[in-house]
Amino acid sequence: MALEVEGLTTEFPLGDRRVPIVDDVSFVLPEGRCLALVGESGSGKSMTALSLLRLVPRPGRVTRGSIRLGGRELRHLSVPEIRHVRGHKLAMIFQEPQTSLNPVVRVGEQVTEAILLHERIGRGEARKRALGLFERVGIPEPGARFDYYPHQLSGGLKQRVMISMALSMRPEVLIADEPTTALDVTIQAQILALLRDLQGEFGMSILLITHDLGVVNQLADEVLVLYAGRVVEKAATNQLLSQPLHPYTRGLLDSLPGRRRPGERLYEIQGVVPSPLDWPRGCRFCTRCPEVFEPCAEQTPPLEAFSSEQSAACHARHRERPGT
Amino acid sequence: MSALFSAGPVREALISDLIVVLVLALFLAAGWAARRNEIWREALVGVLRRRRYSVLVLSLYVFVALLDSVLWVGGAHSVTSTGADKVALQEARSPLDRAFADSSEKSYSAPLSRVEFYDVSALARPGSHVFGTNVLGQDVLYLTIKGARVALLIGGLTSLIAIPLALFFGILAGYFGGRIDDVVFFVMSTLVSMPGILLLIALIMALGQSTFSVCVALGVTSWVGFCRLARGETMKLRELDFVAAARSLGVKDRVILVRHILPNLMHLVVITFVLMFSGLVLSEATLAWLGIGVNGSWGQMIAQAKDELSRDPIVWWNVVAAGAALFVLLLAVNRVGDALRDVFDPRTRGEKL
Amino acid sequence: MLAYVVRRLGYGCFVVLGVLFFLFALFFLVTTPDDIAQRALGEKAMPQVVERWKENHGYNRPLWPGPGHTTDNLLVDHFQKMLTFEFGNSDADGVPIRQRISEGALPSLLLTVPMFVIGITLGIGISLFVAFFRETYIDRLGVFVSVLTMSIPLLLYIIGGQFLLGKMLRWFPVSGFDLHPGVLARFLALPILVGVLSSLGSDVRFFRTVFIEEIFKDYVRTARAKGAGEMRVMTGHVLRNAMIPVVTNVVMAIPFLFTGSLLLEAGFGIPGLGSLTVEAIQANDFSTLRAMVFLGSLLFIFGQILTDIAYTWVDPRIRLE
Repeated sequence: MALEVEGLTTEFPLGDRRVPIVDDVSFVLPEGRCLALVGESGSGKSMTALSLLRLVPRPGRVTRGSIRLGGRELRHLSVPEIRHVRGHKLAMIFQEPQTSLNPVVRVGEQVTEAILLHERIGRGEARKRALGLFERVGIPEPGARFDYYPHQLSGGLKQRVMISMALSMRPEVLIADEPTTALDVTIQAQILALLRDLQGEFGMSILLITHDLGVVNQLADEVLVLYAGRVVEKAATNQLLSQPLHPYTRGLLDSLPGRRRPGERLYEIQGVVPSPLDWPRGCRFCTRCPEVFEPCAEQTPPLEAFSSEQSAACHARHRERPGT
Repeated sequence: MSALFSAGPVREALISDLIVVLVLALFLAAGWAARRNEIWREALVGVLRRRRYSVLVLSLYVFVALLDSVLWVGGAHSVTSTGADKVALQEARSPLDRAFADSSEKSYSAPLSRVEFYDVSALARPGSHVFGTNVLGQDVLYLTIKGARVALLIGGLTSLIAIPLALFFGILAGYFGGRIDDVVFFVMSTLVSMPGILLLIALIMALGQSTFSVCVALGVTSWVGFCRLARGETMKLRELDFVAAARSLGVKDRVILVRHILPNLMHLVVITFVLMFSGLVLSEATLAWLGIGVNGSWGQMIAQAKDELSRDPIVWWNVVAAGAALFVLLLAVNRVGDALRDVFDPRTRGEKL
Repeated sequence: MLAYVVRRLGYGCFVVLGVLFFLFALFFLVTTPDDIAQRALGEKAMPQVVERWKENHGYNRPLWPGPGHTTDNLLVDHFQKMLTFEFGNSDADGVPIRQRISEGALPSLLLTVPMFVIGITLGIGISLFVAFFRETYIDRLGVFVSVLTMSIPLLLYIIGGQFLLGKMLRWFPVSGFDLHPGVLARFLALPILVGVLSSLGSDVRFFRTVFIEEIFKDYVRTARAKGAGEMRVMTGHVLRNAMIPVVTNVVMAIPFLFTGSLLLEAGFGIPGLGSLTVEAIQANDFSTLRAMVFLGSLLFIFGQILTDIAYTWVDPRIRLE
């Protein structure tokens, strides 16, 4: 089942204004594929994910757009209906396995809860399923680990528990919000490999949220670059990594250590992401952009397709290379 | 030993003048904090804006208490003075006492009544007693207003004893740890383990009954809570980078305590002061019921008047006047305390983005 | 775990000793036996009368152990009486204090236990409800009403309750007590109601803060993402975590059930331990007061150890360390 998102806008009241933390985001995640949302912290990528599940914390609210899963609009579902979608069709794993698991409930129980919420089966049956999942996600001695509390497991194992919880109902789409950020580098690779294997095995789509282009390279088919709540570039992974169009994407790539020779200074994007209250009127990147010129500050650049595989939202692309 | 704490007119007068100093010091401190520091300015302005009416009510109480704290001897006296009033002329009296001079009747009268309550004989000053008079014929409005000073005295003087004590030992124990911490912690454990109200009673009985000994007893029983908080917070601050940096640069402990630790505890001092205040006034009301409170407090008025409710026809205005005065003060203080805590503690401010 | 309990018990004993010394200082050094006698007999008592009183009440012995009176002194006597729970006789009327305490315990418990159970249940229920509707008018109203009810002194609750429900509406007797099962409930209903109402506000406010703090934690979001409904999130996840501070608060209150409620008992004429204390104050009965303070602290220390153990039981992070 494909996930189609169109014009998604999520607003938060800040002071006496309403600020679109997610602003007109559209994408299509085809069945069995992996789409990555990339951006710095504060770019709205996590909020996009929470918007899909209708879990935006109050007083924030999804105000516009449509979210369709297999053609079914999620925005207008009743509360029991969306609850049935959560964890069942659309599951999510979070960045911090330390805090995202309930500290006073045994991990096994937390996984069986996810099953029992959606299926009328006995506790024993659910336990058997959960044990199978533990085994599949690579938790050693699942029988013993089942009765552990989260604090007794390492970070990597906790994330495996999170994954088994998310996969317990064989969801159509798995949203992975920075699944490896809080983990050690060696564990990161294992978890990524696990996610890739499981994707093939379960035939699910993955919406990967990350700030790490290395992770994108390993897992994603297509990439969406977000800056200050807006999509600035959208491209197939290879295309984006080799030929970025937006100055922001280029900045991100140039600041990766692998792109420079040893000893050479890394590139850095000037300044910091502005607070939502200080977002400029036109292109939101214009305050930090090396290629800024007249229209940038005033007009919002539309997302334009530059090839079948790549689109970007940047005025400078028209000035510099009118041909491409 | 206990004679040290017993009441004398001189001591009472001294204590009541202390309020003026205390209130002025509070205002100066608030002004100074608001000028020096933006966070404080924002917090104070925020509380003023969100709790306009409570702050207004509190200012009124403080004003009335101040009015009753400035005393002097002498002044004009009227010809109609009864015996009690004549004696009063020899004492130092506040503007409030002067305003209500000669207001005594012989016995009960209902609010705004023209005759005595259990009799039909006319009052000396018919229709002038807005809240009526009590069994001794004293004007209830006068007594109620006078209670403001007593309440402020209980809360203010006790905080003045308890908070510095708690701050001193809390910081010392939290910062230096080790033996000092062991001793302070042991003393705190011992004190908290004695049930507050019983300890309070025991202390007052041991020290003898007077305003000052009630305040000392309240101070001894109430400093522990804040001491714990200050100790914990200091321990946390001690581990923070800016303190570690100062220490590694060889800055003296005394300087670190005064420049880095103390200022970061000041918001807790303010919150504790306000929340403690209402607790203290409530405790005094309990003590008054048990017959060991402070003279002239609302608690005492209520305790003395509680049996009048079973008279027939009932005498209700004593309890209502004192109860209402106490309730409004506590409500205003609690509301301001709540707002202060919200302003300083971002955790209760609602969901994060 | 066992080592932890033993260590806590050891420290508890240490604190008990601290309390004993403090009480000795308060009742024998700050208030000397002469003071006590004078309070009992009045300021103008003749020296011989004071001496006789001290002799009759055992206050004429030396304060400290010394040659010739290693055991026959007030310090040793104080420790002995307290630690054996003998407590000695009342200064006022010579009745053994221990007998008084055992008579007063039942009425106190009959009052405080129902009050405690109803109070906690209502407090948790209401605060869960208010936390569920956080940041709405229901929440704001709940907090405001809590603060409002907290600002009314217990005295006024007692007076108001007796006057309104007892005198005007005649639903309950104004005061009194009778252990006869038929009428017991009638006498206890009003004090219990007043006691619960007066403490509900601060309970609700405390529990609400605890719940709201938990609601914003990450694991709650995980539970929602699994598809759990709000009810399930509150009861299955938030409540289970919030139990840690709640249990601390609740267990801590249990020892005080025995010492009774001073004001409620005095106000409603219930002959429990609270009334015993109040009578001791009025009669300048220092020995009874000393016994009550000691008993109270002993229960408190015991409660604290109990809390620490309960804490480890609710929180697996501590239990399994």
